[in-house]
Amino acid sequence: MDNFTWAFIVGHMNYWLFIVLMMTGLYIVVAKGNLVKKIVGLNIFQTAVFMLYISMGKVAGGTAPIFPIDMNIDPDVLYSNPLPHVLILTAIVVGVATTSLGLALIVRIREEYGTIEEDGLLKIEKEIARQEAYLHDEEIGEQAQ
Amino acid sequence: MSTETVHHTALTLADHLPALQVLVTFVAAPLIVLLGSRRLAWPITFIASAVSLVIAALLLSQVLDGSVISYHMGGWAPPLGIEYRVDAANAFVLVLVTAISTVVLPFARVSVESEVPKRHHVLFYTSFLLCLTGLLGVTITGDAFNVFVFLEISSLSTYVLIAQGAERDKRALTASYDYLIMGTIGATFFVIGLGFLYMATGTLNMADIAERIADQGSNRTIRAAFAFIVVGIALKVAMYPLHRWLPNAYTFAPSAITAFLAATATKVAVYVLLRFMFSIFQPAFLFEVNTLEFIILPFALVAMFAASFIAIFQSDFKRMLAYSSVAQIGYILLGIAFLTETGLTAAIVHLFNHGITKAALFMAVGAYVFAARGSFYDDIQGLGRRLPWTSGAVVIGGLSLIGVPGTAGFVSKWVLVQGALDKGWWPVAMLIVASSLLAVIYVWRVIEVLYMRPVLTDREIRSVPAMMLVPIWIAALSCIWFGLNTDMTLNAAQAAARGLLAGTTGMH
Repeated sequence: MDNFTWAFIVGHMNYWLFIVLMMTGLYIVVAKGNLVKKIVGLNIFQTAVFMLYISMGKVAGGTAPIFPIDMNIDPDVLYSNPLPHVLILTAIVVGVATTSLGLALIVRIREEYGTIEEDGLLKIEKEIARQEAYLHDEEIGEQAQ
Repeated sequence: MSTETVHHTALTLADHLPALQVLVTFVAAPLIVLLGSRRLAWPITFIASAVSLVIAALLLSQVLDGSVISYHMGGWAPPLGIEYRVDAANAFVLVLVTAISTVVLPFARVSVESEVPKRHHVLFYTSFLLCLTGLLGVTITGDAFNVFVFLEISSLSTYVLIAQGAERDKRALTASYDYLIMGTIGATFFVIGLGFLYMATGTLNMADIAERIADQGSNRTIRAAFAFIVVGIALKVAMYPLHRWLPNAYTFAPSAITAFLAATATKVAVYVLLRFMFSIFQPAFLFEVNTLEFIILPFALVAMFAASFIAIFQSDFKRMLAYSSVAQIGYILLGIAFLTETGLTAAIVHLFNHGITKAALFMAVGAYVFAARGSFYDDIQGLGRRLPWTSGAVVIGGLSLIGVPGTAGFVSKWVLVQGALDKGWWPVAMLIVASSLLAVIYVWRVIEVLYMRPVLTDREIRSVPAMMLVPIWIAALSCIWFGLNTDMTLNAAQAAARGLLAGTTGMH
């Protein structure tokens, strides 16, 4: 516990925020019954990861990683690491694609089931499964006798 | 690394094979959309897939002697640039994936025609090609972040393909949605793991990461990275407690897609797991953290029994096979958990053998769905005599699933039992045999339904066209071929296992 000091807590602020945000997102995905809210939770969860990556590219005292136009680079200037930012650009695109596909699926689910609440969907599916079992299992059972 | 030739300076097409492996299908996908013609969609898809198969075979022939092809994307040398890296292990997987897709596609043409609405066909084949691109990219790349990008390309198109089953059963939509949520959580866990790895090592090239981990030994960041990556990939593999997306996704997806995914998607995920566990994290590290023995081994055993047990009580052939897939993935993970050369060989051979077995069986299910409009046991009862060719393939596939001598399934289970006995874990060997008995029960149920029940007279049974039968029988006969002629698969798997167990040295 010795190194668990105030400086440690403040110095790792980005990680604390990452954990809080990530857990918030994951909790929403698991706990909410509304399909759209689940997608929102998923977005928060992914955004937390974007934050983790972006904060890890920061170099203390570093400036934006843009070279001057004449390419006369001053060796004393400290630059932040641009690589994690570029990676996250890709991850953001993936996130947008996932969100749009998820929402499109929700539209189709609503068209077919008439609800986007998990409880309602489960009830409808249980009913379908029950009828299916009645239809298919009974027939097999009768002939076995 | 200095001994390798820098390929991008050469200008012949053959030097660009690793890039073409991914590019052919990737370019064909938007081409189909731009042409917008339903008649051209399937031929272009098939040609692209066949060309990919040829490329994969050429790549495999180049690396069979144990050499490694390192291709520098855009001429940028690794570790800065993105590297495509082909060795015996992933060339083997590339051939499996492209071969399965080329075999499944002729089957898909008829099956998709009857299961998917016509207006979706163009986009359906586009998604299929993108899914194939993603799987090939995951396998061939030597860049850790690239794995994530390709994994998401294949996953996103998989969600679309599964949802196409909605025409037959609306539950395909919720199955696809569930898979989307779980798959995205898995992929995000994987990215978090990669982030930690990048923090600890400052690089994304797999070989480079491995080298730096070897230099600094394990620390908390690397252990956290390992945990996140294993959990993330385990979701894609459908490792036992994380398998919940699989049964519904496989049951409600169009038949051709189920056959393709069951034989390739989870197998590629297993490959990624192997690559990360053995090539990036060292085998020595694995011994140290004991993950395999205390987490993967018990879950693999539970999967073998629980999933087989559930499979026995299904009344739908397709859903039964889906649960059996979860059980079979248990065998693969068990082989990995042994952490010996025999165990790993068993895992890799089973990955291949189970791929062809499940491709044959799921395609046969698709043929029943085409002929009898259903895959429930009462839909298909008595069809053994009405559809002798399809049912014959089911019998062969079923025997291979059980692991009867003379079929592919026997070879991998034999090596697996050997691996268990080598370690002195005879209770595990007994459990492998015992769970095979459960497989006997669920396969026997299908065979009984097919051959010993009368056909329901009020049902109209369509005959199965040759376009479906030929792919089914190619897969079924390869189950027998690889059961009798074991040298090729065993040698390739052994070479791959040896390379993986050598750790970082296997990367050079």
